[in-house]
Amino acid sequence: MAAIALPGVSLAPETALTRFWWAIKDTWVLTRRSIARIVREPEQLSDVTIQPVIFVLLFTYVFGSAILLPGGGSYHQYLISGMFGMTMAGSAPGTAVGLTTDMSTGLIDRFRSLPMSRSAVLAGRTVADLLTQIIGIVVLSATGLAVGWRIHNGFGDALLAAGLALLFAFAMTWAGACAGMLIRSPEAAQALGFIVFLPLSFVSNAFVPTQGMPSWLRAFANWNPMSAVAASCRELFGGPNPAKLVSAWPMQHPELAVVIWSVALIAIFAPTAVFLFRRKVLR
Amino acid sequence: MSENLAIEARGLAKAYGSTRALDGLDLDVQRGVILGMLGPNGAGKTTTVRVLTTLLRPDSGTARVAGFDLATDAAQVRRRIGLTGQYAALDEYLTGRANLIMIGQLGRLSGRQARTQAAELLERFDLTGAADRGVKTYSGGMRRRLDLAASLMTRPEILFLDEPTTGLDLPSRMATWESVRELADTGTTVMLTTQYLDEAEQLASRIAVVDRGKVIAEGTPTELKNRIGGQRIRLTVESASSLGEAAAVLARYADEPPRTDRALRLIDAPVTAAARQMPAIVRELDAAGVLLDDLAIRQPSLDDVFLTLTGHRAEPEAGDHDALVLAGAQVQEQI
Repeated sequence: MAAIALPGVSLAPETALTRFWWAIKDTWVLTRRSIARIVREPEQLSDVTIQPVIFVLLFTYVFGSAILLPGGGSYHQYLISGMFGMTMAGSAPGTAVGLTTDMSTGLIDRFRSLPMSRSAVLAGRTVADLLTQIIGIVVLSATGLAVGWRIHNGFGDALLAAGLALLFAFAMTWAGACAGMLIRSPEAAQALGFIVFLPLSFVSNAFVPTQGMPSWLRAFANWNPMSAVAASCRELFGGPNPAKLVSAWPMQHPELAVVIWSVALIAIFAPTAVFLFRRKVLR
Repeated sequence: MSENLAIEARGLAKAYGSTRALDGLDLDVQRGVILGMLGPNGAGKTTTVRVLTTLLRPDSGTARVAGFDLATDAAQVRRRIGLTGQYAALDEYLTGRANLIMIGQLGRLSGRQARTQAAELLERFDLTGAADRGVKTYSGGMRRRLDLAASLMTRPEILFLDEPTTGLDLPSRMATWESVRELADTGTTVMLTTQYLDEAEQLASRIAVVDRGKVIAEGTPTELKNRIGGQRIRLTVESASSLGEAAAVLARYADEPPRTDRALRLIDAPVTAAARQMPAIVRELDAAGVLLDDLAIRQPSLDDVFLTLTGHRAEPEAGDHDALVLAGAQVQEQI
């Protein structure tokens, strides 16, 4: 068949390897797109800027005075690690809102008529949302330092804590991508954040130790991946970590638990999101 | 399979519940042609475009686009097509230039190629001044132009335009037509859908009339008009009360029963050798006491084609007003 040679557009058949390479390039193009959007509309960042500051101040000064930690220690030192978990989990509704917004415009059709990688539509969004979480970590750390939170175990451990938190955030963005494929409107995705992710954040050791919870709730909270994120941060930043007194496996090995949880969630949610995307757009 | 066909569709069917959007649609489009797909809302035009651009899988039927089978070689098809849908497919928050570059890169241009091509297209579509503003600030016409430019970033062999001028004002429509013509001159095959008869007539070298999910007629505009006969006489009576008498007179000379539009006080029918018969018709009307506001011999319009083939009008609003709107500002004074 005589193919017309077009400048720039390769018409040769592709191997799995070149397809993978293009998927990465396409993901990067769409990641840059999401970041460019944020630069033009910085209000989109409130999840990782204003919200963490408000929560830190509220919890430190309103609730902090009434919360006694088993084993003692300062509440703000305890709180900032919990906020790491909560802020990272917050990437899920953010991704869901972003994707439902994309899906509601004609842009997705254009993407689909291009010879681009299908999964890049989702991956571009999740990678961009992961990058914005770095801003969340910086804002959170700065707010923490202002209210008296300190890194006790050295910079290396602190970086490891941030890395674990980001790994968890990436897993949560894929959960959000799945939600975004199942939900129709950006408003519904926003509501989901309040109805599902906020309560799930609270049923953990993020803000209060689990020791005082009723036993059925305590079991859930100790196995909540957010508790593992918070506990691993507490261990790595240094300071009070009452979860050490909890015998549940993830509380005894929080770093490993974060890695296992995150890898498992990505392994489940990433392919599911891509599957849901294909199903949704081909109708 | 023919090498010369840009699009070759056989028996495409797609149902949504009990609604048959496509019901055995066949279509052949030669390379280098502008094909106008004409039909009312819900005829299946958009569904056809979505199937042919790989956005939608048909329930049954096969199609080859640019020589590649949609079912087995969708990726190859995507590398050779461009699509501008009904709704602007742009990122509102990005600049016009950033939109084009992004689409070029996703269409497998290198960063440098994408930037060069974007600059060229912005220039060609008269958007250079607004290139570095957010698309949010663009007018409807500018968005459409950018959207069209976006679908040209990868220099497609076949361009699909789904109602490219719906909602545009006249100058923007004409500018869009101009761009489409230029594209076709460079050898690009264009398939556009429209509900505007004048658009099909102005742009398309071939027209496919679609109704209820099928192509019911295909040919050049002239072929289609010839198919329903030659000249027509149209008269407007002064008072609706004389419509019956006037229709009876015209019926004696017409090749088929006249059509009457009460609201516009119009009667219209195909008449063989219309000019020669005109004096006799006028004398009879005069004898019957019918007062006329207007009397004209005209060539059949695509609207006549449509009405004859489908039994209903192509456009929800009035018939061939558009042809007159296009001709200039002198809109329809004679009615």
